[in-house]
Amino acid sequence: MNYEPFIISFKLAALTAFILFCIALPLAWYLSQTSSRAKPFLEALTALPIVLPPSVLGFYILWALSYNSPIGAFFEDTFGIKLVFSFSGLVVASCFYSLPFMVQPLQNGFESIHKNMLEASYIAGKSKLRTIFFIALPNMKPAVITAVIVTFAHTVGEFGVVLMVGGSIPGETKVASVAIYEMVENMDYTSAHIYSAIMVGISFIVLLSVYIFNARQNRRLGL
Amino acid sequence: MIKLNINKTLHGAEGVMNLHANLNIKKGEFVALSGKSGSGKTTLLRILAGLEEVKGSIKVDEQAWLENDKSLPVQKREIGFVFQDYALFENMTVEKNLLFVKNDKKLAQHLLELTELDSLKNRYPNSLSGGQKQRVSICRALMKKPKILLLDEPLSALDPTMRSKLQNELLSLHKEFHTTTIMVSHDPSEIYRLANRIIVLQNGKVINDGSPKDVLLKTQGSQKFSFEGELLDIKKIDVIYVAIVAIGQQLVEVVVSSSEAKNLLLGDKVNLSTKAFVPMITQN
Repeated sequence: MNYEPFIISFKLAALTAFILFCIALPLAWYLSQTSSRAKPFLEALTALPIVLPPSVLGFYILWALSYNSPIGAFFEDTFGIKLVFSFSGLVVASCFYSLPFMVQPLQNGFESIHKNMLEASYIAGKSKLRTIFFIALPNMKPAVITAVIVTFAHTVGEFGVVLMVGGSIPGETKVASVAIYEMVENMDYTSAHIYSAIMVGISFIVLLSVYIFNARQNRRLGL
Repeated sequence: MIKLNINKTLHGAEGVMNLHANLNIKKGEFVALSGKSGSGKTTLLRILAGLEEVKGSIKVDEQAWLENDKSLPVQKREIGFVFQDYALFENMTVEKNLLFVKNDKKLAQHLLELTELDSLKNRYPNSLSGGQKQRVSICRALMKKPKILLLDEPLSALDPTMRSKLQNELLSLHKEFHTTTIMVSHDPSEIYRLANRIIVLQNGKVINDGSPKDVLLKTQGSQKFSFEGELLDIKKIDVIYVAIVAIGQQLVEVVVSSSEAKNLLLGDKVNLSTKAFVPMITQN
């Protein structure tokens, strides 16, 4: 049994979750604190990947990352990185695809923090950055855990975008979901069964641990 | 010394209101800010703290906190702020709440002992009672040794016993630290006990400013007793009318004439007073 597709899937998901956390944190903070007119536009834009068919997203990303677009040309000419049909390209595509799953829980988390608590920290002389890391984030652990785990799980579960942007290069871009698709196509039902069962099992355990953790947190806070 | 002259347009519950205040507050004063809800008291505190944008000038001990649209950020203003709902850092123990402001274990220990919180210092805020939380909040505000301590209705959520206990603690803390203090309060007895000056706001304007004795004592002229109350009911008993008036927590019955009864409306704010009637004779 070849487990390489699983390893690629988890590597991709972990990297995506890490990068997205860094990108989404300032964005979610801004969205939670602003009353600017631009807010609904930004919110709609971040939520787009939820409603768009993966093929639409995949098509645009494929086009943007290819040598035909300025972005793709820039990366290939300056860094020598080919973004299409490569693992780096998959990471970029996944970051777009999973963005709302990171931003929305974090934004809700920030919004749930009482404004006075943040103001008390500013009054204590602490900067916004310190306030975010020492006051806001520790008081919204369930939101942080939900954001990271759901982003991770959602990236493991993606199929359409990955197939379009990454193709199916063994050891490079062939993730578990694509591998299963190919197994079914080749009528290798035994392997498809094993792979699918593993996916179901892992996904369930991941989600279960999130819900157990959040229930414990809420009990501790007396909610 | 605080010199403050500010203007701000507020969008309150009763439409647009202009908050204007021109005040001088001496070092070490304990000022009570009073007035109906929506009169701009909390906003005034938040302006001093730097939490609201405003036009005007604020000068504290010759340092400009606000001048020509240049505002000193809230982090740099030396203030302590006590919120009505405590706003403690839920993820930190009582002691850590204090140390987060300033890592001075000695001062934290001293404040916790003064307010009898010493034994609770390793507890988290959600396991404390309202009175305990508010004491932590007051201690936390004093950790920076602020120039100005701002208190936004700090005791209004507490029961009367806890209130008077905390009033005493506030008094002794003020005696020890001599911090210039501005407190929003509705309670006349609290203001009388704690403050040496009261400023009354109405619709964003200062309508009264003086010592609590002058402003709060309602007797005028030859009245010996005078109480403000709310008219709850008027009953006709045989030929007389009896009005029931709520004064503070107490209800009293007063006999009124039929013409008075006609002019009074239920829910009216009324003044109840008596005059001593002592006939005197003087020689011309």
